[in-house]
Formats: sequence, C-alpha cells, structure tokens
Amino acid sequence: MAKHDTPLLDELEKGPWPSFVSDMKRQAETKPECWDILGQLELSYKDKITHWKHGGIVGVFGYGGGIVGRYSDVPEQFPGVEHFHTVRVNQPSSKYYTTKNLRQLMDLWEKHGSGMTNMHGSTGDIILLGTRTENLELFFWDLTHEMGQDLGGSGSNLRTPACCLGQSRCEWACYDTQEICHKLTLHYQDEIHRPAFPYKFKFKFSGCPNDCVAAIARSDFAVIGTWKDDIQIDQEAVKAYMNGEYPSNGGAHRDGDWGPFDITKEVINLCPTNCMSMEGDELKIDNAECTRCMHCINVMPRALRPGKEKGATICMGAKAPILDGAQFATMVIPFIEVSADNDFENVIDVIETVWDWWMEVGKNRERVGETMQRVGLPTFLSVMNVKHMPQHIKEPRSNPYVFWKDEEVPGGFERDIVEFRKRHAA
Amino acid sequence: MGYDPNNPMEGRISDLGPPYYGDFLPPVIKENKGKWLYHEILEPGITVHVSETGAECYTVRCGTARLMSIEHIREICDIADAHCDGYLRFTTRNNVEFMVDSKDKVQALVDDLKSRGNKFPIGGTGACVTNIVHTQGWVHCHTPATDASGPVKAVMDELFEYFGSMKLPAQVRIALACCLNMCGAVHASDIALLGVHRKPPMIDHDRITGVCELPLAVAACPLGAVKPAKAKNSKGEDVKSVKVNNDRCMFCGNCYTMCPAMPLADPEGDGMAILVGGKVSNSKSAPKFSKMVIPFLPNNPPRWPEVVDAVKNILEVYAKNANKYERVGEWAERIGWEKFFELCDIPFTDKCVDDYRLAYDTWRTTTQFKYTSATASYTG
Repeated sequence: MAKHDTPLLDELEKGPWPSFVSDMKRQAETKPECWDILGQLELSYKDKITHWKHGGIVGVFGYGGGIVGRYSDVPEQFPGVEHFHTVRVNQPSSKYYTTKNLRQLMDLWEKHGSGMTNMHGSTGDIILLGTRTENLELFFWDLTHEMGQDLGGSGSNLRTPACCLGQSRCEWACYDTQEICHKLTLHYQDEIHRPAFPYKFKFKFSGCPNDCVAAIARSDFAVIGTWKDDIQIDQEAVKAYMNGEYPSNGGAHRDGDWGPFDITKEVINLCPTNCMSMEGDELKIDNAECTRCMHCINVMPRALRPGKEKGATICMGAKAPILDGAQFATMVIPFIEVSADNDFENVIDVIETVWDWWMEVGKNRERVGETMQRVGLPTFLSVMNVKHMPQHIKEPRSNPYVFWKDEEVPGGFERDIVEFRKRHAA
Repeated sequence: MGYDPNNPMEGRISDLGPPYYGDFLPPVIKENKGKWLYHEILEPGITVHVSETGAECYTVRCGTARLMSIEHIREICDIADAHCDGYLRFTTRNNVEFMVDSKDKVQALVDDLKSRGNKFPIGGTGACVTNIVHTQGWVHCHTPATDASGPVKAVMDELFEYFGSMKLPAQVRIALACCLNMCGAVHASDIALLGVHRKPPMIDHDRITGVCELPLAVAACPLGAVKPAKAKNSKGEDVKSVKVNNDRCMFCGNCYTMCPAMPLADPEGDGMAILVGGKVSNSKSAPKFSKMVIPFLPNNPPRWPEVVDAVKNILEVYAKNANKYERVGEWAERIGWEKFFELCDIPFTDKCVDDYRLAYDTWRTTTQFKYTSATASYTG
C-alpha cells in the first residue's frame, strides 16, 4: 500500500491537542494499511462525504453480535481498507488495565487487524477498528484461547454493560458498580452474543446521582446509586470549609476568581429543596426534604458524605432521539439494595420482568422506552409489579382522559340500551 | 493447534465475558476500594484520593484522541510501566489516567508526560472543558453527515486552555455525534455538535428490490413520507420500489439505515447543528436535554472553522456570564433563552422552534418574557 498525499489531513497535525493524523502516520510505518485509512479519509475531506458502504453482515460462528461489517466504496484506490470490519471487545469494569493485558491485546491486533483502535466506543467496548473477513475467526480464536477474553454486543441484543469507577476510587459510590457490571455481564452472555430482542438494550451502572456513565441518558436499564438515611456530616470539616482551609468543590474551581467560599451562597441557597440551614456554626439538613442531588456533597466532599444505608434507584427507558425524540430514563424503583451477597438476584428479577414483557410486546426496532411510551406509564408499572406513587411523575395529568377499566366501575361496562330507553326517550 | 477453517467448531471457546476487573486494579486501589474518604483536585488534571487507611492515590489525567494506534497504546503502557507499576485506566470521556501511590512519584510522571510533545495533555478535571466524546464519522461509519475525529481535534485545539485549567463556572461537557442516530448520545451535553442531513434520500431503483425489504423501508419513516410505488430501473423495466414525499422528510436517515438503496448524504446538504444546555448529572437541577440553537453550519474540512468559532463563542459568553456552579443549561434557563440568543449574538430562526412531536411543550404560554433586540420592532 502506497503512501498517499494528505494535504487536508496534514492540517490536523497542527495545534496543541493530540493528533490522530500524526498517530496514524506513525502506525503506517509498520502497518501500511494505515496509509489507506488516511488516503480514504483524505478523499472524504475532499468530497465532504463518507466512502464507506452501507452494511455487510459478518461475524464469528455462533455469535450474532460483536463485529460490525464495513467495506470501502473505493477499494481499488485503497485496497488496504477494502474490508474494514470493527471488532468490539468487552472491556473490564471501569476500564482499568494492566499493561501486560493491553500489550497482549495490541499484539493480537497487530497480527490480525489494522493497528487502529478506539479507546473506547460510546457504549464502553474496546473498539478494534478495521480488519478483513478472513481474519475474524483467527482473531477470535486468539482472543479467547490466548487471552481468555471475549467480544461485546452489537445489534438487537444486550449491549456491553458499563459502569463508573465506583468504589474503586470514589468516595460517593453507593454500591459496587464494578462487581454488578461484571457479574451481570457474565450472567447474560447469551443475551449479549445472540440477538433475540426487539432492539438494543443497555445496562449502565452509576454509583451516585452524579451519574458519570450517563446511565439516565443512555441506558434502557439505569442503576444509579443513592441512599435512604441521612447525609453524613462532619461539622468540624464544615467549619474548615467556611474558614477557607479546604478548597470548595474538591478544588474544581481553583483557577477561577470566585472570591472566598460562602456556604450560604454556594451550598444552602443552591440546594434545590432549600432543606439546609445554619444554626449557629452548625450546618443542619432536613433530610426528609432532601432529594439526594449531590450538590452539597460535591461542594464539600470532606464535610458531607452520602448516608450509610445505601442502594440504588432504577430508572428505565433512556435513548437517543431516533425516532420519536430523546428520552431520559424514567424512575421506576425508588430504592433497591444492590449486593453481591445475593448475587444481585433482586436486580436480576427486575431485569427479567421487563425483558419478558418487552420481548413479547415490543415492536421491531422499538427501544423499551418507546414501548413504555406506547403503552403508558400506568400499564408499564403494572407490568413491573410496582405500585404507582407520586414519585413516578413530575406532576399529575392535566387532561381528564383516564383509561378506566371494566372492573373498576361498579356494574361494569355492559349495559342494556333497551332498559335505558325505557327511562330515557330518544 | 489453532483455528481450523475446515472444522470451525473444533476447540471453540465462547461466552467468556470480560476479564475480571479485580486483576487490573493497582494495589493502592485494590486495598482501598470502598474506603475512600475524600478527593481533592490539586491542580488541573491531578487529583488525590485519600483513604480512611491514610493511603493516597494520585491520579494524572490526560486527553487522548480516542482514535489511537497500537503504537500509541504501547507508549501509554511504557509510561504506566515506568511510573505506575504497570496499571492504568481510561475514563468514560476518552481520557487516560495514570495513578501513583505517593506524592513523590507525581512529578517524574508529569515530567515524562510533558516530554512527549502534544501526545499527553494534562487536564480534564473540575470546572474545565474535558475531552469530547464522539463517534466515528468519515473514519469508519456508513451514515455520517460529518466527520468526528477531525472536528473534535479542531475544537479541542481552540479550547485547549480550558482543558488544562479550571476557570469556568462549572464543567462543560462537549459531545459530537456524526448523524442523527446519535451513537454519541449528544442529547444531554452542555454543548452538542450534531451531524445533520438536509436533502431527502435518493432512491436507487436498480438496487432496491435486491437489498431492501420494502415494508421495512416504508415503516422506517416516522412521518409516513415513504410509500410503496412502481418505478422504472435504469434498463426501463418496471420494479417494485418506493417514493418519498420530500415535503414530509425530516432528514433523520432512518430509511437509509433500513434500506441501503436510499442514500441521503450529500456534500452540500450535510453539515453540523449545535445544541446546548443539556446535562446528565442530577446535581442541583434534573438532567436536561440539549436544545438546538444553531440549526446548520457547513462541513468545511479540514478544520471546520464555522463550528469551532460557534463553540468558542458560546463557551466564552457562558464563562463570562454564568454564576459559579451553573451549567450551561442552568444559566440559559435562568437568564431566559431569549437572552441566551442575544448575549451569544446567535440569529434566531424558525428552525429552532420545535414543530415535531411534543413541540407544544416548548412553546411559551405566559406573558413573562424579556425584551431583547428580537422584540425591538414591537417596542421601538
């Protein structure tokens, strides 16, 4: 594969941010197909349009996901990218790696692929970018036999679950996001590799309401850490913040010219429920009014911590806009304990309840959030065996069109018009 | 023994799942998991976590291009081997993190990172513009309306000082998705860059019968703009095909996803929209969707100057006007969107008024609004 002139892409070698163009050129020295990636991309920069064909169903035996087929529409010009299939490799929880593991994976990709990757894909997988059909089984053999690793999901299946870094390095995580992510990924290998759903289904596990993996925006099944007792307060540390001994917001505003820390302005007045106040030099929280938003804890991490009785809120049905518009996940289960002690059995029960229903009533290419909208939240909550409560809504309905059921109305719906007419002339 | 193409199921292993994360945790992380007391960002990109055991973990965060080579990953491994006992991690926003267990080890790590040209910019913490999450674009995708890695590089070059500092009112999350499928899920970002199409699909009557299930192509359109129709192929033969009611097309591209014979990408038609004010976190206000403020900017490779200027302008007007802790969307809601458009000097057009489903929820049904230049012809 010949080197191509890339005058447009060369402009992206300038500037202070890391340049993927420089990186790819370096890789091309040992993996010449990278010249063809650059060449085809340069052509797209010139033509202002993609040069990848639509589709191409490829994979490894026994799996219906994990590989995304891709072919060039200008293969004569760029034979190195004639086939350019993506391989999704399931990442470890929270994306920690040993260099030994990464180097081994890179050696495999040098042997079987283009030498380019994404660290990581939007759903969380390690993305190995670009290989030929005939290399797929060889790569998969080495991945499973030499590394004991596996592919992630693609298509209408359970997509590769993802989690925040959780308790591994965060004081706010209300449950072990890494462990449940790992265990459920193992538990649902069949659902990840063999598409049997109406459409994709994503799990994301965030340890607290800051939601660092965007579970509420991006997952069909969002498990977001929370607590049910009182925020833990260290009054001495509160005073230290007020005296300017500790930086506010964990030092996140260090470079701004914001003046001295003002607990009234920055914490008490910004509390969305106004449940905080000062009594003398003590900070008081009316925990019954608290909605656990995290702001005060974010601002004073050395003084405030989530409560001790921790668990998670489960929200369901988030998705990007295609087609009816974007949806955030809807709060379904206000509090659930999340514990490895019971192998997450209670969470699994919730998952399987929604799957059993969605696999039956979901239409082709309908995300569960769309199915929820189609049937309505009252019906969905009944399906989930969850009692309806005001916490499920922002406000009660403002239209009067209630779907009363036959059994809810005394005497039912069946009436006799003849009897009616005896009393009411037409 | 190895893979035998004549006997593909022989010796096959499957359904292994991910490697066990516990084997990949640096010792200081493993020993203190669940015991962390607090954290503090010491300077941009450098954070200490302190455990109840007294242990400390110092993390140095660096931006990456996300699209990276195996050589680059090997270089990351070299750094982690030299300073971090062979451990590292990546963040959900495509940063790489190097962790050490003592303050004494930080400077050598930082010096090493800084000695490697522009490959490992340190930052991405606190009230900053952290790394942009993005999609594949022209590098690998078949449906994009723009590139991803190129515009991201151009934007981050321009906003570089905000990556390596913490002087903004709050964190600003920027995301790019190269078409309306939004693999990048930019619908909840402070500033979202979104590839958009503006021309209806063409219909390839020569191929449609072979490559498409016509009922699926028809059903793919959320507005019923695709209907079954008879057509003539290039040989003049009658074929079963579809027709598109162009007036009803909203350019979502879902028909092309379902039917490869309905391409809609176009050099002049395609470009980028900018949406702002989304957030994911539940902190203070509930999660918010990003809202469209600029419906279209042209694709102008290699550096997308119109897009870069628009992002920088919005960011800097926000930086100048928002209160401490206020996210872009919280600021826009406090001052009112009419003021947002005026302050950012962004022309308001009909394209920013919703006329899709649930549009009414976004219409103003109160007499409360602020006068801006937009109302001048009524008040002048």
